[in-house]
Amino acid sequence: MAILVDKNTRLLVQGITGREGEFHSRQMLAYGTQVVAGVTPGKGGQMACDGRVPVFDTVAEAVEETGANASIIYVPARFAADAILEAADAGLPLVVCITEGIPTLDMVRVRAYLDQRGTRLIGPNCPGLLSPGQAKVGIMPGHIAMPGPVGVVSRSGTLTYEVVYALTARGMGQTTCVGIGGDPIIGTTFVDVLEMFEDDPATEQVVLIGEIGGSDEERAAQFIAEKMTKPVVAFIAGRTAPPGKRMGHAGAIIQGGSGTAAEKIAAFEAVGVRVAEHPEQIAEIVAR
Amino acid sequence: MKLHEYQSKRLFAAYGVPIPDGEVATTAADARRIAEELGGPVVVKSQVLVGGRGKAGGIRLAQSPEEAEQLAAAILGMEIKGLPVRKVLIDRAAHIAQEIYLGIVIDRAAHRPVMMASAEGGVEIEEVARTNPDAIKKVTIDPYLGLRSYQTLALAKGIGLKRELFRPFGKVAQGLYEAFLAYDASLAEINPLIVDDEGNLLAVDGKMVVDDNALFRHRDLAAMRDVDEETPTEREAREAGLSYVQLDGEIGCMVNGAGLAMATMDIIKHFGGSPANFLDIGGGAKAERVATALRLILADENVKAVLFNIFGGITRCDEVAKGILAAFEEVQPTVPLVARLVGTNEEEGREILAASGYDLVAAASLAEAAQKAVAAARGELGA
Repeated sequence: MAILVDKNTRLLVQGITGREGEFHSRQMLAYGTQVVAGVTPGKGGQMACDGRVPVFDTVAEAVEETGANASIIYVPARFAADAILEAADAGLPLVVCITEGIPTLDMVRVRAYLDQRGTRLIGPNCPGLLSPGQAKVGIMPGHIAMPGPVGVVSRSGTLTYEVVYALTARGMGQTTCVGIGGDPIIGTTFVDVLEMFEDDPATEQVVLIGEIGGSDEERAAQFIAEKMTKPVVAFIAGRTAPPGKRMGHAGAIIQGGSGTAAEKIAAFEAVGVRVAEHPEQIAEIVAR
Repeated sequence: MKLHEYQSKRLFAAYGVPIPDGEVATTAADARRIAEELGGPVVVKSQVLVGGRGKAGGIRLAQSPEEAEQLAAAILGMEIKGLPVRKVLIDRAAHIAQEIYLGIVIDRAAHRPVMMASAEGGVEIEEVARTNPDAIKKVTIDPYLGLRSYQTLALAKGIGLKRELFRPFGKVAQGLYEAFLAYDASLAEINPLIVDDEGNLLAVDGKMVVDDNALFRHRDLAAMRDVDEETPTEREAREAGLSYVQLDGEIGCMVNGAGLAMATMDIIKHFGGSPANFLDIGGGAKAERVATALRLILADENVKAVLFNIFGGITRCDEVAKGILAAFEEVQPTVPLVARLVGTNEEEGREILAASGYDLVAAASLAEAAQKAVAAARGELGA
């Protein structure tokens, strides 16, 4: 079992003929993901990835021809909002957007539209999804993970890999690793993913990796207190981050004195969630 | 990107928000000339990108052009919270009968813009939120419906404005929202929006923060960037496509990934050291990028040791190691270096570094790397 993506996922890649899109499509194919179609406007009729993946001009055509049921987006920031809307409009239930740098007000409009359509968006500005042994939808390195009972959800990229790598090294595999993204406005939040892990019979424990900015972690703490039966281990990056400065991710900023690591850690500890002091402690705590 | 008060107010005014007559001066003589042209009392306002200008003595009332000149001379020589005052705004002084707050931010939880108003103008909204949260009235804006007149009416009534101000307030609120949208702002704020002794609304202060991700479609705004908003190093890093934030510690950090970079700073602090910077070199391992990053880190005189923390995912550690060595060809390290390479091809990567002849201290875990970097910065690490 896994959440969001598994061996039945039929993936469509938007931006498949771009450098990033092509590279990661090959990686996803090599992992065993069913990459059934690609979309690049103006390049319909070509084949990508050494003739393995047919390319279409539009998402609608690709879905009709191949029965794709999820999309991943690798298009540049200024076209990404359009790509997400196109995927939603074509009726895809799951859209993963890797692209970093989409203007926030574009995402405000996109999110309002998706909420009406009922499309689930992961990201943007995220590493995507990995259900070890089943499907890799994104840019996470597949070989550092292995199947097992731990659900991982994170706002970060390499920090997540670090934690997954440490879990795997201790023999603790993962159901699904979910990168929800580092932007201020994202399609899927911690609470959404916690809810899925709670409902997933294969997930026994959850690791949550948060960071400064916003209040998604505080809502997650409240959700854990009210609804979750499975244990959660948390880590918050940015204890030493200065206020008012964007720490790489557009969403990682302490504004008006709120969104600090201290507040988030306190929120988790108040509901009995164990918070690791540094990333390597996460796997130690999970292993206990 | 933050805009100055005078820039923000001019942009608001283009959308129908009334602002005082005024002009920017860079010299005391200019300030005097502007005050003479305006006639009557003026306010001399320092233009720096920090709050608390008034408390620092950076906003003063002048009764005459002579006084405006004197005050401008004093203020132009000031530093406010470490930022030099290079410009002053000379505004016609208004007679303030009432001060209110009006602002728009992105509500991340609601994933929409939210407009906030409060009768407690002139005070920072965060302060009001702490001391008297009920005084802040909010409306959430649907991006497809826009700001509706019933919403601005609810705000006006909610903060106790007089009935005859409902319509003019609605106009100001609409103008502010239009400016917010037009310039891809993440914050647009009028604080205070005043009611003068004739009952007119006037935006005597203004603040706008523009979404950096949207600057590609606002080239006119990008040119307004204040050099003092970032340190020269931060500027160079931004232009090189690196994410860099200067801190005041002594351990330089070079990390791939923003979350991991923050976690690296945190663990240095955890083991008793202090990070000199946040730096995300991004994906890949291009020597040029690593070299630029290393040069920026070493340019900071406080730096006594450098910690490389690289997680090889798709990017392989051996490639990163080669990138680091190639960077050393361009930038000679002058302080102890601790390197931790983990993930894909980590052993090959460590071997390449070990065989290079450079004096790199290797570490396997993040905790070990941080402890070694802290010791190295104190000069306690034997090479």
